[in-house]
This record gives sequence, C-alpha cells and structure tokens, in this order.
Amino acid sequence: MMRHFLAALACLMLLATPLRAQDSFGPVQTLLQQHRDAIVKSSRKTIEPAIAALAGSGLASVAQVLEKWQDKALWVREADGLFVYAAPQGDALALTDIDSGEALGSVPKADATQIKPNSGIRSLIAAALVQFQLSDPDPARRLAALDAIARDPSATQLAPLRAAIADETDPAVKAQKERLERLLTLRFDPDEAARIAAIASFRGDLGQDVRAALNPLVATTRRTAAGGVPEGENVARLLTPGGADLPLSEAQALLVAAGALQPVLTIAERRTALVANVDGGSVGGFAVADLDTETARVLAYEALEASGKVPPAASDAEVTAALAAHVFYDAYAEPSALVATEAAAVLRSAETRIAINQAIDLTLDALSLASIYFLAAIGLAITFGVMRVINMAHGEFIMMGAYTGYVVQQVIANYTVSILVALPVAFAVTFLAGVVMERLVIRRLYHRPLETLLATFGISIALQQLAKNIFGTQARPLTSPAWLDGALTFNDVVSISYIRIAIFVLALVFLAVFLFIMKRTRLGLEVRAVQQNRAMAASMGINPDRINMLTFGLGSGIAGIAGVAIGLFAKVTSELGSDYIVQSFMTVVVGGVGNIWGTLLGATMIGFLQKGIEWLNPSNTLAAQTYMIIFIIIFIQFRPRGIIALKGRAAGD
Amino acid sequence: MIAFNPRNTSLLIFLGLLVIFTVAVTLMSEAYGPGLVSTSFVKTLGKTLCLCLVALAMDVVWGYTGILSLGHFAFFGLGGYMIGMWLMYARTEDIVIASFANSPLPPTPEEIVTGIATQIFGVVGASELPPIWVFAHSFWAQMALVVLVPGVLALVFGWLAFRSRVTGVYLSILTQAMTLALALWLFQNDSGLRGNNGLSGLQNLPGADAIPQSLISIWFFWASAAALAAGYLLFHWVVSGKFGSVLRGIRDDEARVRFLGYPVEGFKLFVFTLTAVVAGLAGALYYPQAGIINPAEVAPIASVYLAVWVAIGGRGRLYGAVIGAAFVSLVSSWFTGGRAPDVNLGFATIQWVDWWLIVLGLSFVAVTILAPKGIGGLFDAFQGLRTPDRKGAPLGPDEGALQEKEAVK
Repeated sequence: MMRHFLAALACLMLLATPLRAQDSFGPVQTLLQQHRDAIVKSSRKTIEPAIAALAGSGLASVAQVLEKWQDKALWVREADGLFVYAAPQGDALALTDIDSGEALGSVPKADATQIKPNSGIRSLIAAALVQFQLSDPDPARRLAALDAIARDPSATQLAPLRAAIADETDPAVKAQKERLERLLTLRFDPDEAARIAAIASFRGDLGQDVRAALNPLVATTRRTAAGGVPEGENVARLLTPGGADLPLSEAQALLVAAGALQPVLTIAERRTALVANVDGGSVGGFAVADLDTETARVLAYEALEASGKVPPAASDAEVTAALAAHVFYDAYAEPSALVATEAAAVLRSAETRIAINQAIDLTLDALSLASIYFLAAIGLAITFGVMRVINMAHGEFIMMGAYTGYVVQQVIANYTVSILVALPVAFAVTFLAGVVMERLVIRRLYHRPLETLLATFGISIALQQLAKNIFGTQARPLTSPAWLDGALTFNDVVSISYIRIAIFVLALVFLAVFLFIMKRTRLGLEVRAVQQNRAMAASMGINPDRINMLTFGLGSGIAGIAGVAIGLFAKVTSELGSDYIVQSFMTVVVGGVGNIWGTLLGATMIGFLQKGIEWLNPSNTLAAQTYMIIFIIIFIQFRPRGIIALKGRAAGD
Repeated sequence: MIAFNPRNTSLLIFLGLLVIFTVAVTLMSEAYGPGLVSTSFVKTLGKTLCLCLVALAMDVVWGYTGILSLGHFAFFGLGGYMIGMWLMYARTEDIVIASFANSPLPPTPEEIVTGIATQIFGVVGASELPPIWVFAHSFWAQMALVVLVPGVLALVFGWLAFRSRVTGVYLSILTQAMTLALALWLFQNDSGLRGNNGLSGLQNLPGADAIPQSLISIWFFWASAAALAAGYLLFHWVVSGKFGSVLRGIRDDEARVRFLGYPVEGFKLFVFTLTAVVAGLAGALYYPQAGIINPAEVAPIASVYLAVWVAIGGRGRLYGAVIGAAFVSLVSSWFTGGRAPDVNLGFATIQWVDWWLIVLGLSFVAVTILAPKGIGGLFDAFQGLRTPDRKGAPLGPDEGALQEKEAVK
C-alpha cells in the first residue's frame, strides 16, 4: 500500500517538473530529452547511444541538430530543461525551437546552459553527420563528405554510403560514391566474396587511393616458429636466414625476440660487460692486458658466464642450432588468404602498369633534359660546329642571357610581357657581345683552335667575375609567368611541367630557325660557302670577315636566348654557364661536329642516358653524371667523329 | 748521358738559381735564420715550387708534344688524395690509440679500425672504412698509389684516346670531360673520400707533433725544390736529343712523323703517362703543405689554369713553364689575399679581390694574341734570338703546332 502511494507521489512529482509536457514535444526534442543525461554530461564514453539514436531516427531535422551541437550552438533552457538553439544577441541569447524553428524570444545568458562537446565528441558527431551530408542537396558538400570518408575510412561508414548511392543524381558524384563504396567494401565488408569482387574490380587502376587501400591487406609481419609453420598462419612466403631478404642479424633478432635464443652480444656490449667485471687486473681469470683480440674477449666472457657474473649470451654454435631448428616466414596480417592473394595480385598488376607509366614519365623527363642540352649546345653547334671556333665563353653568354632576363624583369613587372621582351633583348645583348669578341679576339686566332680555347677561357673567367661584381654571388630569380606554372598531368604517375614543355617547344623552334637560316637564306648560303672554302667564297664576292662575324654573333645570340630559357627553371648565378659548358661540348662532339642533326641526336642521347642512369641509381645524380661522361668517353672510342660523321680526306680521317 | 745542347745553357742556369733560391730562403726562414721569411710564406713558396713542377709536366705534354691536356691538374689532385689518405689514416690512428690509453681494456685491432673509420667518416655519416682505404695504413703502399693511380688512369685514358686518333681540341674536350667526371665522382659522399669535405689536417705529420711547423715547412720546401730540380732534369733529358725531336715533330706535324715510321701513339702515351705521374708526385708534395684537399681542387677549371700558367710563361721551353706558374700563382695570391692596395679612381674604388680575376682573364687574352711567347719572349729578346720568317705560317699543320711567333730561329 505504502509502495503504491510512494509511486503515485513520485508520479506526481515527476509531472510537476517542467518535463510534464512531454506529450507536446516535437519528435527531435523527445529524442534529445530521452538522452538528456548523456548529452548534458558530454562524455565521449557515454555519448555514443545518444548520437546513434539521433542518427538512426530518420528524422529530417536531425542533421541540423547535429551540426548545431557540433558548433556549440545547442543550449538547455534553465527554466524548463528544453533543448534549444541559441545565438548570441548582444548580452542575451536569441532562442529558437528545435522542432518548429520558431523564435522563443531571448533570455539572459545566465538562464541557459551551453552544451560544450569536446573534440572527441565532435568527431563522433562529424562521423554521424556524414550520412546526412552524403545526401545533401549541394553537390559540393556531398563531395566534401566523400573526401572526409576517404581520408579516414571506417567500417561504420559503409552502410550510410551504400544507402546514399541509389538516390544520387549527379553522375560524377555518383561515380565517386561507387568508387569509394568499393574501396570501403574491400577493407570492411564482412563477406569475403564481396571483398574479393571489390578488389578485382580495381585491377588496372593506378590511383593512389587504391594502392593505399590495398597495401594494408598485403602488409606482412616477420615471424619465426620452431619446427614448422603453425596452423592458421596466413603465410606470404618462407624466408631463408642469410638470404637476400633476411640477413642473419635480423633472423637472430627474431629468435631472440621469440625467446628461442639468448641475446647475441655486439662487440661494444661484450666490452662493457667485461669492463664492469674487471677485478684486480684480470677478468674471469684472463689478464686485462691479454684482452686485445676478440677471441680472447669471447673466452673471458664465457668464463664470466660460467661463474654466473654476467647474463648468458648465445655462442656461435647455439646461434647455428637455433637457426636450423626454426622456420622464418612473412605472415599476412589479413586473416583471409584469398583476399590477401587477390590484393597482392591486383597490386602486382598495378605495379606493372605503374612501371610502364614511369617509363613514359622518364621518357618525358629525358626529352625535356635533352631539349635543355640542345638549347645550350645549339649556339655551340654554330660557333664550334660550323666555324670550328672553340668558345669556352659560350657558357658565359648563356649566363649573360639569363641575367638580361633578370634585368628586364626588374624593369617590366608583368612576367608575360617581360619574358617576351627579354628573349629579343637577350639575343641582341649576346649577339653584340659575340660580335665584339669575334672582332677583337677570335679573328686573330682562326686556325689556332687551342689558342682560341685558352683565350676564350680568359674571357670566360673575366665575364664570370664581372657578373659576380655586378650582381653579387647570391642567386637571382627569373620568374616564369603564371601560365607556365603547374604541370600537365596525365595520371598519378605521368606528368610534365608546362615550363619543360615550353623549353621543348623552344628547342624545336630553334631547330627550325637554324635549318631555315642555313638552308633557305642568303646568309646561310654564304656561311656554308665560307666554311667550305674561304678563298673561293671571297673570290665570289662574299666578304668572309663579315660572314664570320655574323655567324659568331648568331651563335652567341642563340646562347643568350637559351640563357633566358634555362634561367626560368635554374637559379641565375654567375656560374650558371659553366655548369653547362662541358655537357654542351660533349653534346656537339658526340653528335658529330658540323651537323645540326648530329647535335640533336647527341643531346637526345645524353639526355636519355643521364635520366636512364639516374633511374638505375636514383639516390645519386652526381654519380649518374660521372657514369654518363665515362660512357661518352668510351663512345668516342667507337665513333671518334660523333654519331653523324662528316667524311673528310685528311690523313687522320 | 744527358744530351746537353751546347747552345742551351738554361739547365745549368736554372739549377743554379734554384739552389741559390733554396739556400737563401732557408737562411731567412724562422727555422734556420732570423725569420725574415715567415713560416706561412715558406709554405707558400714550397707549394709554388710544386705548382712549378706540375706546370713543367704540362709544358712537356702541351708545349713539346702538342697535346693540350685539361686533365693534368686532376692527376695532381689524385696524387694529393693518395698521400692524404695515408696522412689522415696514420694521424687518426695515433689519436684513436691515444684515446684508448686510459680505457680499462686494451683495444682490439677491430676496435681501432672502427674508431679510425668513425673519426674520418663521421662527417659523411659512415662508420666503416671504404674498400679503397685498404692500403691507407701503409705509407709505402700509398706512395706507390701516388704513382700508380694517376699513371694507370693516364695510361688507360691515353691508350683509349690516342688509339682512336682523337687529337687537337677534341682531345682537350675529352680530357676536360674526364676531369669533370672525376671531380663529380669525388664530390659525392659515398665516393669513399669524404665527398666535398675532402681530406683535411694533412699538415700534421703523424708522429711529428713535437716538431714545430717552421721546421716541417722548410723540410717540405727542400723536398719540393729537390723534386722540381729532379723533374727539370728528367724533362730536360726527355725533350732533348732524338726523343725530343720526335715529340716536337708530333706537335707540329703528327701525320708526317707517323709516315716516317715512328709509333706516334706510343710516344704520346709515354709522355702523357710520364707527365701524369710527375703531376701526381707534385700533388703528393703540395697537399701536405696546403693541409686540405677537396674535390673543388680537381675541378676542370684548375687544369685550364695550369695551361694558362704555361702559356703566360711561354710554352715549349721548360723554364717558361716554371716562370709562368711561379709568377701567376704568386701574383694571384698577392692580389686575392687582400694585400694589394685598393685603387681609387675617384668615381669608384677597385678592390683587387673582386677585380683581379678580370685583369687576369683579360691579360691572358692579351698574352695569347699579342705575345705568344709569353714571359719567355723576354729571354729571347735578351739573347737576341729572333723568330723564323715563315710568312705567318705555323711550324706545322697540326692544332698544337708552334706558331711562327712562338718559335725561335
């Protein structure tokens, strides 16, 4: 009787509280009130049922509630314990009803309590929000939600993601959703067949996301066991100790970690142990002075071990026995053998395709390097190839062109305009420099190539120092226009920056210009005539001095333009030219002096060689250059006159 | 016996002057005299004598044989590296053994080697001796390598180049490429020679800590002077007599010498290799005085400078190479050492540290064009020697041939 009374009293009390009006709550408010304690307490440990109930309710405004909650805009009104949205309005708060969205007037801040979810709870809310965002009317938000899942995939997202696919209207977003669904399936689906199907569907896909999803499936751990491989292990492969994949030291460490072997002492550890046990000039019965070989130290340690003064250590015989008694293997962390095998197969096929694509990428790299060498060498192909003048200052003409580009950029702020202006200005500057040098120096040394080499070297060091005095030793930037930034990307592996494409195009343009001048113009005709027979050309009314001057100027001017191009991707310093001079000469010599196609072939060969060697030994570009030069020296043995040799009648030919 | 040219007394004059110079410097040094010449300047003079020796070698290969090699300074540097390996190893060994003196256990041989390797290669993040250091503990083995490494490299390279008839500027470019390849190789950290750190502390001779540097420097100065004298004698012998005539013939007209039945490739290979060995020995004397060697020393530009010295001194005469090397390197170090007074032009001040290279480069152009005989031409003028009248034609058709104005009638 008493109990009934108390119960009725309790009911009355309960009804008397502000919660009395429960029937009149909207559905969301009802739900929130049911989990009131958990929400107000705001503890990550207890909040999950509340979030799950909200997310699983299927109510339309749940997404908004979760967002407001996440943004700390969810408050509890002190007066009646109602959950409300609140926005600060001066010193007060403007309240809004959760279900109806009606304004509830404003209250002072003291009359409401803010729900403050910590970061752990906010991330739980965010995860719950994903399913709502996945069907958000705004496609951008749907994509953002997909990105969020892709960044941090988990098993719980699989169901909402699948649910969101059918209603998707945007084909692009739908494709992304389906792709992500397969990525999640292959990791989290409980059904093995579904996982294998999802994995197989990615065969031939080069995406990094696929590789990232597959790699954990084929991750292995290295284990050892006595006798044979235990049941239930998903073995990737067996290993032989001392083989290429399992060095002896690692096998020993595995055995020690498995407790099957006493620790193997390093030299330093043994030494420390012995030092700690020095006792009046002897260790374990051995005189300290005698312990100057490893053999003696091992004996001394064994003596100490026998007397129990040091922890036992494995001897060589014990190591051998333990190695023989154990098998070593890599085991998949993934329990399903079929899934692991399929993932490994798909990854292998991806690797093949990646290798092909890397080869294409390498080819593009090599082409762009070849065009840089070609650009640097084409001026030399004129001065050295046509005129047989060794110009060691060629590199400094390249540098001069690059600095001209830099100076022009200081005057003209617009990068596009400044580059377009810099090209002809650089040509003019280096053309003039070349003409002056030809008149003052080269002209007096025709047919004296070795003296020319040394004299132009003198000019080269003078020009380099002059540039250093004017521009200082620090690198000057030559900035490319914005439209040359970025790269042309074909897929995750193959891409090439626009600036390299531009240099490739520039190299082709130069080839065309050179061929046009030499084969189609009066100047080219006269240049060839002077080159073949100076006296005869002179008697035909050609002025050889003028032609030589113009030819040299042309070669130097092209070096200047090459300088602008090279300066765009390399820092402009006074040593810019000398970095290219030996390679440029190599290019001309390897290709065959006096033939522009030879220079082109030479540049291509050197570019591809260097990239190829770099690919074989990616960590070391210096060694790559060394090997390349050695290769060229040997190549010259077999074709001393270059790839395309001009036939001559001299005794040496 | 050495075939003395009765018209040419330059050998005796040179050796006499060298002896007088050596004695004079010794008597003015801090070690054996009042100290008028500082120890650091004795080192500079000793180094200069080594540079004179490598310039001599360059003159024989370029001035007498017509091969403009842009690789002889690489051989010089290789010699330095070889002796540097022993100096660094032996000195580090002393340090490591000394550091073990107070340890409770006597060191094992393995521990000593590991200690040395850690000391030497710590800077490039390695702690094992690379295989090429296998002889570094032995002075005599490394001395043999001083001769063998440049010699074998020159022999192989020369054999490849000469047998395929690479001549003239092509050969110059090829030797320059070889030098660049070597320098790039040395620049990398896993070359086993400490990358761009190079070998350092070479001025400290192992086991000679008690001997003051003033004494050591004068000893090296004597050794350098003796090496220069020996080298001068050797090369004088090589370039005089019939052998020298063949070399000059190869320089001026290689094809004709070949048609006369001489094995031109053999002569060139002999001279190329011999001069490379001498260059290596000069380097082995130079770098203990310099104290440090790094790959920048081997860079192609150094070999071009070598040719510059020979040209300024006057190529094709042994004393010319010595004068050129001594003059240019001493004047260079005077100007770049900051001791030369600035020139105030009113509108600008010329600081020689910045402008010296420009003056050097341009004066080099001027010498090449205006005075092909270089400083050696002064001696010809003094002796009343004139150039032959060949109507402007050089002595032969080859690229290395002497010009009319370079020759002596």
